[in-house]
Amino acid sequence: MGQHNGWLRKGRIVDAEITLRVDGAERRLTVDTRTTLLDALRERLGITSPKKGCDHGQCGACTLLLDGRRVNSCLALAVAYDGSEIITAEGLAENGQLHPLQRAFVEHDGYQCGYCTPGQIVSALGMLDEAEAGWPSHVTEDLNVEEIVLDDEEIRERMSGNLCRCAAYANIVPAIREVSDR
Amino acid sequence: MRAHDVEGAVAALAEAPNAEFLAGGTNLVDLMKLGVETPDVLVDVRRLTSDRVEDLEDGGLRVGAAVPNSVLAADRKVRTRYPALSQALLAGASGQLRNLATTGGNLLQRTRCVYFYDTTTPCNKREPGSGCSAIEGHNKNHAILGSSEHCVATHPSDMAVAMAALDAFVNVLGPDGDRRIPIEDLHRLPGDEPQRDTILEHCELITSVDLPPLRFLSNSKYRKVRERASYAFALVSVAAALDVEDGVVRDIRIALGGVAHKPWRATKAEETLRGEPASEENFRAAAEIELEDAEPLRDNAFKVPLARNVMVRTLLELSEER
Repeated sequence: MGQHNGWLRKGRIVDAEITLRVDGAERRLTVDTRTTLLDALRERLGITSPKKGCDHGQCGACTLLLDGRRVNSCLALAVAYDGSEIITAEGLAENGQLHPLQRAFVEHDGYQCGYCTPGQIVSALGMLDEAEAGWPSHVTEDLNVEEIVLDDEEIRERMSGNLCRCAAYANIVPAIREVSDR
Repeated sequence: MRAHDVEGAVAALAEAPNAEFLAGGTNLVDLMKLGVETPDVLVDVRRLTSDRVEDLEDGGLRVGAAVPNSVLAADRKVRTRYPALSQALLAGASGQLRNLATTGGNLLQRTRCVYFYDTTTPCNKREPGSGCSAIEGHNKNHAILGSSEHCVATHPSDMAVAMAALDAFVNVLGPDGDRRIPIEDLHRLPGDEPQRDTILEHCELITSVDLPPLRFLSNSKYRKVRERASYAFALVSVAAALDVEDGVVRDIRIALGGVAHKPWRATKAEETLRGEPASEENFRAAAEIELEDAEPLRDNAFKVPLARNVMVRTLLELSEER
């Protein structure tokens, strides 16, 4: 039945050996096939910048870039993404320098408790790429526009999958805008 | 479990009555965490079906089942030729979810009825014969058309509503080969089998969706009313396409979301309007005819005038933009 070679049945529990490239480093691990990417990263690899907020795809705290696109890692089964490239907030700094989005969040006070922040920052990074690629949003007036202009309304709509219970939105939006305007 | 090809995936499910296909997982994985869905085996089909939007010889488009919702919404041909579809996708979920969720999976997502999600309450869709908690419960979000005494749930997809208005076809692979289903026939009304959302058999796999080459579908629109500005399911939504010449409706497609167990194709309203002047009066009369059969529940009578008004407004905008 085409079963994956690395899978091992133990009663009803099935383990699989997978490889993920996380923040530039190759990581091999064996996971119960029911494990989400979020749990594999946090519980197995000790990469805790993706946060577990709702664990149901509603809050965005677990956002990471999966093969270049932002996703909710709590709803992705790790085994389905064997061989994928993952970027978390931890992997954004270069040569000891914060990523421009990270710096903008600090400068604009784009958080209070900070729990949603890694997800916000990775989501913003993915969102900026989507806008750069000309993807429209629900509030983009002309669906066929060539170039997306990220005003506050666009940023709010495109970031609506990232909730901040401290409601730091008033500072998150300018932080993202500062980077997008550059 | 991973199959080598779509045929293998279908064969795997044919042998396993309690197995399910997994694509993006945005709905299924969540339902598994909640104990609503309890498959023994998942067959991962995301990398088996096409993730491309391709031209068909007849001038239409074929959308692979694995095309992410975000990619489909941003596709230039879809934006130009089927704007209602782009708008519907962009009005659904969040950026992150749209990147994971697939075209096939979106069609097969389950209702967001709170009682379906709450395993401590009776629900005929989750546990046939246990009863419907919504009929006498909190039913603001529920159906006003085509419901039954067994289920008043609504279908949650925005994308499917647009596809219904666009007269799409769903290509399906089963153990005996391919079949092509008009999207209108894919989803079903609850009747006395609310556990069945669609007419698909257990091991049938959606491989792609075809969008027809009708030119007037470029004059289409999706309008959604929800309780938040973003990232919420529809109370009511309307997808419509309108072909007006010299002020007369030549052809028209209307589908409603948030009102029934399936995307509700408003055929009565369409028939009423074909050949008639494209006026607000006529749009309103047609919408009222469509909603004559509405049977609102305790908490959702508001959906009847809301659906009417959103239909009228959407059709007016489409007739003015011509």
